[in-house]
Amino acid sequence: MSLLTALARLLVFPGLLFAVPTAWFFLWVERKSVAMMQGRVGPPFMQPFYDFIKLLGKDTPPRTGVAGGLMRAWPLIAVSTAAGAVGLLPVLPSSGGFQGDLILLLALLEVPSICIIAAGFSSRSIFGEIGSAREAVLSVSYNVVFLLAIISVAASQHTFRLEALAQLPSTPLRWIGILAILVCLPAKLHLNPFSLPNAEQEIYSGPMVEFAGPELAMWELSHGLEWVAATGLVATLIAPQMAFWGLSALVFVALSFGIVLLLSALAAATARLAIDTTVRFYWQCTIIFAVLAVSSALFMRLRS
Amino acid sequence: MCYCRRRSPWLFHLNSGSCNGCDIEIVAALTPRYDAEQLGVRLEGSPRHADILCVTGPVTKNAVCAIKTVYGQVCGPKAVVAIGSCPATTNVFIDSRTLDGPLNKHIPVDVFVPGCPPRPDAIIQGVAKAAEILSERGNRAVQAAASAEQAPAEVQA
Repeated sequence: MSLLTALARLLVFPGLLFAVPTAWFFLWVERKSVAMMQGRVGPPFMQPFYDFIKLLGKDTPPRTGVAGGLMRAWPLIAVSTAAGAVGLLPVLPSSGGFQGDLILLLALLEVPSICIIAAGFSSRSIFGEIGSAREAVLSVSYNVVFLLAIISVAASQHTFRLEALAQLPSTPLRWIGILAILVCLPAKLHLNPFSLPNAEQEIYSGPMVEFAGPELAMWELSHGLEWVAATGLVATLIAPQMAFWGLSALVFVALSFGIVLLLSALAAATARLAIDTTVRFYWQCTIIFAVLAVSSALFMRLRS
Repeated sequence: MCYCRRRSPWLFHLNSGSCNGCDIEIVAALTPRYDAEQLGVRLEGSPRHADILCVTGPVTKNAVCAIKTVYGQVCGPKAVVAIGSCPATTNVFIDSRTLDGPLNKHIPVDVFVPGCPPRPDAIIQGVAKAAEILSERGNRAVQAAASAEQAPAEVQA
């Protein structure tokens, strides 16, 4: 029974069967809301699906040797880890099976970003390498705040179990943590104003420059799944505990949708920042959230 | 698959020595007034991602090598749209010693959009026509060779 529950979580909800259509839906919401803010009609509802199917049917340039094999492997690793991260989210009340823990979830959330860095260097294009270097610098910058916020939330609960996060009491620490994670999300999802690793105009999409056809389709899908995983993480932290599983699933989807709208509005309203400004923003301005989160976690531990 | 190809044409814009008039009109076609994204059109940074190559300019001698390279970098099935009168006929620059045009001397062109510069409406119509050609081409691989020899379509400006 527990095996069945675990499989249902990974494959049905919130796993693959839920995550893939939601990924396309979020990608559409992002493009549509940007279009609406610019006074355009924007793409049709099925656009990300059309793009995905079309890319699957395109040719890929001939790739040989180890670098070629790696270039085929990176997008697949990114998709599978992002899907795994979505599957681990503690949306439904616990009912046995493979639970995973916070460290595994954070690792799975981080792998797509590492794949992007490696993919840029594997492509051996100068634009890909610049994009990868930018992604690496960005990742080092936002992850300090992101990881410190999550770890302080976990430390205050004395556990790394995912359910404990979902059942967090509504303390100031919880809201500081959520705010810190929200500040990191635009960088994690490569949205404006932190979209410099995949800047289309300056470095021709950065690490993705040499990818075509099905490989690019997998990158698009992994980007969509990252949307679901990252917004889902915040949604599980915000969502109150529900007794009925259908209601908690509904609240999860609604909160994720709200966060997607918020991030898309930010992306449409801002322009791309330079790398030094971005790094300064994360190391100087947002570190305050991390310090606040860690200190309040320490305070809560001392008091208890 | 054919339907998806028709609904998702991604463009790569290639300037082969244009005066920038047509380039500005391509950008205008993507602005809120014309909103080509309704047809699924996206301007891509890399030719590897693109389906349709939009070429402007009368093809200077320096640009020939770049055009052939970029055409090779676009993965199949692909289509080429020649935007403006320059790539079609070399326009007022005809007989110039710095030119090696027109465009179809070097790569097969599917759609010509005449005009100096063409209106954004005409460019969008040309791209839509190229997307239709693309979907048919992807459907029947044998037809690909035949359609390359056929007379290219022309959009009324």
